[in-house]
Amino acid sequence: MSRTPLDTVEHAAATPDVELPWAELGLKKDEYERVVEILGRRPTGAELAMYSVMWSEHCSYKSSKVHLRQFGEKAPESDALLVGIGENAGVVDVGQGYAVTFKVESHNHPSYVEPYQGAATGVGGIVRDIIAMGARPVAVVDPLRFGAADHPDTKRVLPGVVAGIGGYGNCLGLPNIGGEVVFDACYQGNPLVNAGAIGVMRHEDIHLAKASGAGNKVILYGARTGGDGIGGASILASETFDDAKPSKRPAVQVGDPFQEKLLIECTLEAFAEKLVVGIQDLGAAGLSCATSELASNGSGGMRVTLDDVPLRDSTLSPEEILMSESQERMCAVVEPEKVDRFLEICEKWDVIATVIGEVTDGDRLEIYWHGGKIVDVDPRTVAHEGPVYERPYARPAWQDALQADDANKLPRPRSAEELRAQVLKLVASPNQASKKWITQQYDHFVQGNTVLAMPEDSGMIRIDEETGLGVAIATDGNGRYAKLDPYTGAQLALAEAYRNVAATGAKPLAVSDCLNFGSPEDPAVMWQFAEAVRGLADGCRQLGTPVTGGNVSLYNQTGEAAIHPTPVVAVLGVIDDVARRTPVAFQEEGQLLYLLGDTREEFGGSAWSQVVHDHLGGLPPEVDLERERLLAEILISASRDGMIDSAHDLSDGGLIQAVVESALLGGKGARLVVPDGLDAFTFLLSESAGRAIVAVPRSEEVRFTDMCGARGLPATRIGVVDGDTVEIQGEFDLPLTELREAHENTIPALLA
Amino acid sequence: MTARIGVVTFPGSLDDRDTQRAIRLAGAEPVALWHKDKDLKQVDAVVLCGGFSYGDYLRAGAIARFSPVMDTLVDQAKAGLPVLGICNGFQILTEAHLLPGAMLGNDHLHFICRDQKLRVENAETAWTSDYTAGQEISIPLKNMDGRYVADAYTLDKLEAEGRVAFRYLTRGEAAEGYGNPNGSLNDIAGITNDAGNVVGLMPHPEHATEPLIGTGRTDGLPFFTSILKKLVTA
Repeated sequence: MSRTPLDTVEHAAATPDVELPWAELGLKKDEYERVVEILGRRPTGAELAMYSVMWSEHCSYKSSKVHLRQFGEKAPESDALLVGIGENAGVVDVGQGYAVTFKVESHNHPSYVEPYQGAATGVGGIVRDIIAMGARPVAVVDPLRFGAADHPDTKRVLPGVVAGIGGYGNCLGLPNIGGEVVFDACYQGNPLVNAGAIGVMRHEDIHLAKASGAGNKVILYGARTGGDGIGGASILASETFDDAKPSKRPAVQVGDPFQEKLLIECTLEAFAEKLVVGIQDLGAAGLSCATSELASNGSGGMRVTLDDVPLRDSTLSPEEILMSESQERMCAVVEPEKVDRFLEICEKWDVIATVIGEVTDGDRLEIYWHGGKIVDVDPRTVAHEGPVYERPYARPAWQDALQADDANKLPRPRSAEELRAQVLKLVASPNQASKKWITQQYDHFVQGNTVLAMPEDSGMIRIDEETGLGVAIATDGNGRYAKLDPYTGAQLALAEAYRNVAATGAKPLAVSDCLNFGSPEDPAVMWQFAEAVRGLADGCRQLGTPVTGGNVSLYNQTGEAAIHPTPVVAVLGVIDDVARRTPVAFQEEGQLLYLLGDTREEFGGSAWSQVVHDHLGGLPPEVDLERERLLAEILISASRDGMIDSAHDLSDGGLIQAVVESALLGGKGARLVVPDGLDAFTFLLSESAGRAIVAVPRSEEVRFTDMCGARGLPATRIGVVDGDTVEIQGEFDLPLTELREAHENTIPALLA
Repeated sequence: MTARIGVVTFPGSLDDRDTQRAIRLAGAEPVALWHKDKDLKQVDAVVLCGGFSYGDYLRAGAIARFSPVMDTLVDQAKAGLPVLGICNGFQILTEAHLLPGAMLGNDHLHFICRDQKLRVENAETAWTSDYTAGQEISIPLKNMDGRYVADAYTLDKLEAEGRVAFRYLTRGEAAEGYGNPNGSLNDIAGITNDAGNVVGLMPHPEHATEPLIGTGRTDGLPFFTSILKKLVTA
């Protein structure tokens, strides 16, 4: 068999007319021409492979970049931010010398194709981002969205995704402490599988992805490189070489959590001995991304010998090696005298480690294969100077009609009996029902520091056993609200996550986001995206919580039908002593229930409008971020000073949903009275933002109401924790046994 | 004086730090042991902790059982060294034939993590003397392969000799942690060897040792105080 000559840099310069399959690799004509212009010649096959993956939407953020800049431009002054946007993950100061890093990413498309592996590798990727900052991962969270709960394909996708998250995360020894599960027909062909992780380190241990110091060695360690996760590279390879190789490569990567666990332990041991100058994980775009980012963030260049990369499949072409997304790999930059010790640690953990190159004092990234130079580029042009698009956007024509279709005008229950039936239907609906069948497939006890886990308002982890210092995280998003008004919808997601963190007693510090949208080539989608980013950036400025990083997932669209715009927001908070945390469950009979905040007639996008009327229209609830901030301050003070024994934020499903959850978790009922000025329906089911219910011990009532009064937060006594029914006086009774059956049987009946 | 209790870390062990913490909370001194090391560092007892040693590849516990540390451990356990196997540790003990029977995949085919109600059946082993026989406790369970099986002869023998140490409580609501969570024969959650020095169970006592953390219960702490008392008074 004969092979075409190796496509070296010299060969490329000498053969300017060779046609390369840039279109098949996803590059536009002008993008390819730009590569030629940058290089002053046609790219080699290997260079084309690198540019095509690094300039993809996923890696380059080319459609979203112009909007995302607002997160930096509008960032509030914050002492808490140690590392901001642009690194593997942001880093936040939480006091006592500790720093916390956290991030949320999407793994949407692979999880639809292959639910188990797609979701599993999503967990793996986000965890490597965390260790690449120098932190020990301490928890994961998973915001998930699926098609209609009763659609046959949901029964394929959801159990696979849940098993994948559990199978991978449980095996890593990371407690899963939060997230969401939402069903909506709009996600039928585009489930959203977002994965978040938190890591903890000391301030002095922060590591960054940069390669500095000429002569320092570049070490690739972890799994061998295989043919998985290669998208377009096989097209390129088949044009370059003969056909003596497997033709179809799987585009979804396969995870090995055991390998990842070893990678975590071995990386942390190397950090502890201060052996690492710079580090980068290999995720999307694999070695192309790791080498170009390390080199472009550092002070020098880099020379890599691709022949030294350990392979699972010896027939891989250099292009494929550069593009492979094989999981569980990392790249470290290590001073020469520390290389032996680094390799020793890897050997201790049975992790394969290989020196594949070194930092040079030039400014080029040079990659060699079989003695020939196949890549010679300025790494910045690969990693940071990709195309930037100002995609056209326009408010869709249908937006006005959607907003005019007012949910407040939908027929309401006409009797107490009908209201009771609707409440029962609501707490049993898939979105409002207990997700225990799902969350009990995740380990939430491992590491022995879990203070709160779902279904609490936020997950909470103790990070210092002596002082009780802890961190809390909540993720929220409501695509229905965002569809009605993306600007407000994004702020509502932020407000809810912020409120959820405060409800557990923690002070919100910083934000990460995962922005899930349809195709950026549709001006209507692009408008939704632009509005959501603007809303989130404005909201973060007002709440004083900077965005530390995040992820954009576009093209969540089947044909013309895009998903609801779905910005998912994660808020990280800190609590000085986890012993002061506030749980959701009612604790003691006789405690007084207070509703904090104002209740208005707000049913646009509500769970009620969806479950009872299958309706989406009108405007989402109003947002008042100053009120959110005040509510949070009250919740935090009340927790710290022991004035409340339980708290629950009000969001989708309204007050009754929150009361039912607190009652079922605590095994204690409640007697409620409809406050003056409200009708029972609005009291129970409106979704006005900026609200929470709290249970106040009688001995603390005066102190608590005085505090609310002095600070100007409306606090309305609505009842008492009591008995084994939820009773709305003068309206109806719901025994806990009946509620439990309704609330807990839905999901197993649909999916088990 | 206190006792030194070893905790073995295999590749893929997850609860090694948690187990060390539980030992410390009970007042004993935890000693880290490494799977490649035959040396048990003269510890007074050993805990094989939970996790996915070797990724549970092949079969849970099947590869870890061949680690160098196990050679020494098996010999010393037969000579009376107290050994506790939790979850994956229990699986390793059955693979190493220190305890009879085997663990299969949960009957419902899912990982399950919940606070589990148990009854202490044997309070006379090295690891259970701080409980009373018949005591009902609640400690976290989290596993994929927790279904205890053994042949009829072995089961009869275990029952007749009082070697079922813990049983899942089946009388109440699943929502409250009652019920056999995995299809284990005879509702067996844990067993002991004939001498009472080797105990294995699927639930995780090390996750129930501090108020506020995990389930907020401390029902698992007596495992560690039991062994400490035994060693210190011995």
